Amino acid sequence: MLSLEKRPQPSRTWTLASPIVAVLLTMIAGAGLFAALGQDPIEALTKIFYEPLFGEFSFFYLPQLLIKGAPLVAIALGLSIGFRAGIWNIGAEGQYIIGALCGAGVALALYPSEARWLVFPAMLLAGALGGFAWAMIPGLLRVRFGTNEILVSLMLVYVAEQLLASMALGLMRNPDGQGFPGSRNMARMDAATSWIDQSNGMHWGVVIALIGVIFVYVLFAKHILGFQIKLAGQAPRAAAFSGVNPARLVLFCLGASGALAGLAGLTEVAGPSGIVSIDFNVGYGFTAIIVAFLGRLHPVGILLAGTLMALTYIGGDVAQSSLGLPGAAIQVFQGMLLFFLLAVDVLTNYRVRLRERGAA
Amino acid sequence: MDFGGVNPVLLLASLMVAATPIMLAAIGELVVERAGVLNLGVEGMMIVGSVLGFVAATGTDSAWVGFVVAALGGAGMAVLFGVLTQFFLSNQVATGLALTLFGLGLASLMGQGYLGIKAPSFPDWHIPVLGDIPVIGPIVFQHDPMVYVGLGIVAGVWWFLNRTRGGLILRAVGENHEAAHGLGYSVRRVRMLAIMFGGACAGLGGAYLSIVRVPTYAEGLTAGAGWIALAIVVFASWRPGRLLLGAYLFGGVTVLQLNLQAAGVAIPVEYLSMSPYIATILVLVIMSAGGAPGSLGKTFHASR
Repeated sequence: MLSLEKRPQPSRTWTLASPIVAVLLTMIAGAGLFAALGQDPIEALTKIFYEPLFGEFSFFYLPQLLIKGAPLVAIALGLSIGFRAGIWNIGAEGQYIIGALCGAGVALALYPSEARWLVFPAMLLAGALGGFAWAMIPGLLRVRFGTNEILVSLMLVYVAEQLLASMALGLMRNPDGQGFPGSRNMARMDAATSWIDQSNGMHWGVVIALIGVIFVYVLFAKHILGFQIKLAGQAPRAAAFSGVNPARLVLFCLGASGALAGLAGLTEVAGPSGIVSIDFNVGYGFTAIIVAFLGRLHPVGILLAGTLMALTYIGGDVAQSSLGLPGAAIQVFQGMLLFFLLAVDVLTNYRVRLRERGAA
Repeated sequence: MDFGGVNPVLLLASLMVAATPIMLAAIGELVVERAGVLNLGVEGMMIVGSVLGFVAATGTDSAWVGFVVAALGGAGMAVLFGVLTQFFLSNQVATGLALTLFGLGLASLMGQGYLGIKAPSFPDWHIPVLGDIPVIGPIVFQHDPMVYVGLGIVAGVWWFLNRTRGGLILRAVGENHEAAHGLGYSVRRVRMLAIMFGGACAGLGGAYLSIVRVPTYAEGLTAGAGWIALAIVVFASWRPGRLLLGAYLFGGVTVLQLNLQAAGVAIPVEYLSMSPYIATILVLVIMSAGGAPGSLGKTFHASR
């Protein structure tokens, strides 16, 4: 009979190996899923994981990797800070939307100003503050009233989606748009665009994601606050005795992740999306939860995981257009990945022992 | 008896219908949490239940078959969560989120051929005598059978938790799993059963949305109902009686805002649509007093 024995310390080998094992297991299970949908599983997997990187049209898909990867990495980085401390912000999608709305609001209010030195920094500031403020709602409620931040942050996603709809159809609608919903295209405004090099997929969101990686790495490797976050997650009582201020920690973790999500939303809406429309958000805020776990809540891991997850989005599009694979199949695939990761992770914290029945 | 285009009797009557899906999902989650497990996958189980139930109901032209299949589907999803958290000892918050993400994908995959189809009819009961009472009759006694099944489940859960030995064991496991294990109860078995019950209830709630409430299948049909159910469990302080109150309160807000939308009140539709979510947050703020089971959300590993 198999039994589990707790390891004194998490296994380093398995910490690194479990995401890889999980990806492989997901590919096997995914092959089964694609076969069940009447596809040739090998062909589907090739379309998803090989075609965008090395196929004939990779010059078209590789920039997409930056476009889709940047928001995932930026949001997941923010989430990872809180997840390490046991503070669960799962409303990043809402913070992403509000960041985009605040940044776009600045851009549209200042239109047709040509002063990029003024407009774009102001947008960045507004985007970060918007996401920050939206995340402060669950933060302050938790600190002040002990309200569950998981549920509040999630409820605020639905509120943010309604606000977005109201803005896209009302206040921010393009006055020259012949009545179509959606705002002016910010990607085409020289003062407001977040593109740096559109043909290569390079935009300010990518820069922010990379700066974020360094920022979070330094936070956890060098800064006392990073140590306190880890301590609060692993040993809350010890953290309390050593003088960690839990309220400050909650506000910092939620605020930082909100600001990052807000910046991701702003750079998306002023670049790849261009306009504030009802459905400009595509659920990066939720997929980023998978990215954070797959990346082991470590900044470098998140960078890799975000790239992989961006690849599944792009590959999913490829498979959808060439094989007719339903778009939702990729969503199932991403969900399975998290399941397998959580299952394999038991080996990180526990040893499997073979035990004879009745011997102990 | 009209107030600004809103008829209070009809309003109260539809309140009971609006509250039912959330009540079903919440009562299941209440049992799960009383056993010490936090399953954040309610939304995922609900939406899978809504699709499976709808597919089965349209396939067999029987709403009842749909409800049974939805309950089984929800329980099946819950088993996935149970195996991961109880046997693979995974983090309950992360696993619950995974269940929701997976469920949303699975539902939109399975529901593709069913968008916009109408569900088979599920006629209301007109309970004789009681249904004829003026005002109260139309409000309370003229609904479809699932409204009463839901109420029955809530009453049954109250009885089970407070009046039976099994309920006592379940609560012991939830309050202190180490002690319950020490007394010789199988923490895992109790929790697995509770998790499956929770999944079945969430599946029923989802199917109620797609078969009765809407009654057609649409993408993202649950729209956060599963999360609201989780909030109502907190509101109820983990007690079935208060859960009933919470579900009706929430149903009231939903119905009122829908009626105001229909009546063409001068508030933009989007702001009315966000009101149930804001109401949920307010409720969480007011009711964030304690009362949570002692072992809620903690992983149990019986070391020798």
